[in-house]
Amino acid sequence: MTPLTRTELDGLLDGAARAWLDDALAEAASHAAARTTAGAPPSPPSRIPPWEVRFAAAGRCCSPEHADAVRTLLLHEARADLKTLTRLYRQGAAAERRAVLLSLPRLVDSSAALPLVDDALRTNDTRLLTAALGPYAAAHLDSHSWRQAVLKCLFTGVPLDHVHQLAVRARGDAELARMLTDYAAERTAAGRPVPPDVHRALALAEED
Amino acid sequence: MRIFDPHIHMTSRTTDDYEAMYAAGVRALVEPSFWLGQPRTSPASFFDYFDALLGWEPFRAAQHGIAHHCALALNPKEANDPRCTPVLDALPRYLVKDSVVAVGEIGYDSMTPAEDTALAAQLQLAADHGLPALVHTPHRDKLAGLHRTLDVLRESALPPDRVLLDHLNETTVKPAADSGCWLGFSVYPDTKMDEDRVVAVLKTHGLARTLVNSAADWGRSDPLKTRRVGDAMLAAGFADADVDQVLWRNPVEFYGLSGRLRLDVPPPQTPGDPRGVGGPPLHEGNSILRGGE
Ligand SMILES: [Zn+2]
Repeated sequence: MTPLTRTELDGLLDGAARAWLDDALAEAASHAAARTTAGAPPSPPSRIPPWEVRFAAAGRCCSPEHADAVRTLLLHEARADLKTLTRLYRQGAAAERRAVLLSLPRLVDSSAALPLVDDALRTNDTRLLTAALGPYAAAHLDSHSWRQAVLKCLFTGVPLDHVHQLAVRARGDAELARMLTDYAAERTAAGRPVPPDVHRALALAEED
Repeated sequence: MRIFDPHIHMTSRTTDDYEAMYAAGVRALVEPSFWLGQPRTSPASFFDYFDALLGWEPFRAAQHGIAHHCALALNPKEANDPRCTPVLDALPRYLVKDSVVAVGEIGYDSMTPAEDTALAAQLQLAADHGLPALVHTPHRDKLAGLHRTLDVLRESALPPDRVLLDHLNETTVKPAADSGCWLGFSVYPDTKMDEDRVVAVLKTHGLARTLVNSAADWGRSDPLKTRRVGDAMLAAGFADADVDQVLWRNPVEFYGLSGRLRLDVPPPQTPGDPRGVGGPPLHEGNSILRGGE
């Protein structure tokens, strides 16, 4: 996903939502600043930092269609580190978990956030599956997990267009080709149609 | 007939139920957190349950064309187990979630001091978070339980017009109505109310601030009881608009007090849809389409 910029988002939000986002981003920025100031007192663990309350409330304050964009912007502005991302994912509703997954390519430059991707790929929630299979997974997911994820998309009806760099990672993958062939055979034996995405992925995997 | 079931425990129901509910006209519901039949022994199992009410269950409901919201709380029964009471301290981080439209269900089970504490604390949480509260009346010793509930409500920061008193019956409806709270009737096959008794109460007490729910759960219950009440109302001479008020507009108004109600869930996918069963729900279709690359 190419995250929306603040300017693009402003064009989509109404006045009240824009004002809310101004305040939310300011809170996120001051959180980021406080963290980098030496000796800044940590907020008491029982209190939720204000920007995290905004993170949770983005759907109702900026509408669900823009919640992904607003939340990823907040994470970026707060310069959320892996520890924060992990906590927000674990404590988040599905929509918040999506935003954390969508932010990984921008905020985490190692494979250290893979446990979050793995968690999302274990679910059957297609909102999480699609968010988990972006550029971060394309860059860091090991072959076995990646093939399983592709197959899971086919099982849960997630279009393979959501798998970032499908063609690059599938090319010449003989094991993926075998799995797809077996899956197609299983569908055919059961008298069920083979989804067009299976043929498409198979063609990619059989390329040299 | 469009139906909003303001109290139903879908975690305990099947996809057949979701299909039948959609066919009967159910387009929205609220799932209050409650006891699971088997007592829990640690806060962590509550958190997994809350996560399910904020994640998997709305996803399931959306696939069947039904908008799912929830009410979260520590239920009165388990408020008596000191192993579970730390849930109260964790509730604030759950009550800020977008699909949480009330604190609930709270109230009394055995009317113990621990239940007094949990009820008062959670009414305060509702007030602090701008949420209404779903307060059930106890199954045993109901009338005394209602009066004790009303005493606690009067001392709380939550005004009565932000409280839904549930599981009411003929003996409790009058004092409940006099309190200024919203009135909930649960229609349950053997216990609680049946549809004809609810219609009789509606005739006597009117339709204002009145909600009807199935309270369907893991017990012998019926998720289509809301529809049965609508049919019984029509058979008894109520107009379509009256049915709509009780089964749709009243619950929308009550839970709308949260400012978090979203009712725009598109119809379910038809069989043969290329997205297949389990495909991305359309209600987040835009963001999902943007989410890929
Ligand atoms: Zn209940």
